[in-house]
Amino acid sequence: MKGNQKGAEPRLVIPGEVISDHANLNPGCGIIKSTDGHIATRLGTLNNNEGTLHVQPINATYMPRSGDLVIGYVEAVLSNLWFLDVAGPFNALLPMSLAPWKVEFGDARNHMDVGEAVLARAQEVDESHSVVCTMKGVGLRKISEGRIVSIPVQQIPNLRGENGATIQSIKEASDCRIIVAENGRVWIDGDTAGIRMAVQAINVITMTGHRSGLESRLTACLAGGEV
Amino acid sequence: MGGYGDVKLLNDDGSRLDGRSIDESRPVEIKAGVIPAADGSAWVRHGLNEVVCAVYGPMEAHPRKIQLQDQAVIDVRYNMAPFSTSDRIRPGFNRRSREISKVTAEAFASTVMVERYPRSKIRIEIEILSAEAGTRCAGLTAASVALADAGIPMRGMIVGVASGKVEDTVVLDLDKAEDNYGQADLPMGIMPTTGEIAFMQMDGDLSMEELQQAMDYNFAAAAEMHDIMEAALRARYEGGDE
Repeated sequence: MKGNQKGAEPRLVIPGEVISDHANLNPGCGIIKSTDGHIATRLGTLNNNEGTLHVQPINATYMPRSGDLVIGYVEAVLSNLWFLDVAGPFNALLPMSLAPWKVEFGDARNHMDVGEAVLARAQEVDESHSVVCTMKGVGLRKISEGRIVSIPVQQIPNLRGENGATIQSIKEASDCRIIVAENGRVWIDGDTAGIRMAVQAINVITMTGHRSGLESRLTACLAGGEV
Repeated sequence: MGGYGDVKLLNDDGSRLDGRSIDESRPVEIKAGVIPAADGSAWVRHGLNEVVCAVYGPMEAHPRKIQLQDQAVIDVRYNMAPFSTSDRIRPGFNRRSREISKVTAEAFASTVMVERYPRSKIRIEIEILSAEAGTRCAGLTAASVALADAGIPMRGMIVGVASGKVEDTVVLDLDKAEDNYGQADLPMGIMPTTGEIAFMQMDGDLSMEELQQAMDYNFAAAAEMHDIMEAALRARYEGGDE
């Protein structure tokens, strides 16, 4: 949300709060229009995005969207598909036709079993939040090395930073390969010390990302100092 | 709510046994985000009531037969801890806790934007750690803060407040003696930002004038409590509560 705020400083709003000072703006996400004015429906930061008022929630459950890169864990296997836990309200389906291998009917478990992690993309999401994932695509694969950590989805913009600057600095400092999935899971691969440093930096963002001064705390963390 | 005529609940000067005036609420303290493992949580101390609430979800509704194709199900579990009262309570659900769970879920179904999450479930766990009187109201308040903390979209936060009648006088926020020996009790769930009533029950008898007086007390108290709820949420995210 950074970079597209105009007008007043973003402020915290709570559900039911009447926002009387932006009556001329269009209601966006987390805002409903009533006779009293705009009403916030979520706890979060009020932002003005080019004439549209919306609330950037502080806490939110991941709701999959078509095209999202996700890291999922296999939760169940049938003869011709896998069920993936993608940290959303519902498990996603990964049919064998969308796997990167040639899978015979009944052979799905031999390719990927319960508990294994995959990097996939949400291909279809319908209005009742059913998700179909695909592993056909560049970089999509079974994850067999490295470490996966979680971060609240609303902190992902903080982890990426402006134009990916923050994640790039973590990658450089830790000398790790890092993939940030849209569902709040982060894959880190490198040597043990590098992974530890990257995880520490992610923890700093998880715990204090909603407070000001994040950049200096991250710099201290990556320099190995106190946070 | 026996309405025992021989129990004295008001002092000669019109004040109540605990020294409060008739339109004075018990002290309220609220904290948001007290359970790290939950998606949202809150702790409320209202007088001697102490309530913890945790919210989980939205998640897939199980068993599948409870799923609604066009909206989420609100699943509330209100439970009193065995040690919450002077007499030990047998653990587990009973008729009273089922009733309170049901009416609380119905209250939140009117304010939570359930249409956003078809086939899902939002689970609200209300645990009464210490009970004096008005635990369902304290539970409503705690659940509202926990829902907001979890980032669940709502049209407004419900505040649980109660008034009642003792010695033919309408009083705000009954304590244990007033609840047990008073003449009436009117717990309400109010959304102060819109002035809507999401929940209302009545035990005992009130005339129309007394009912209006009790509702007036409740609305005024709800506005005050809403400020405390808001402050708790702001303290969690603006106050650097780490």
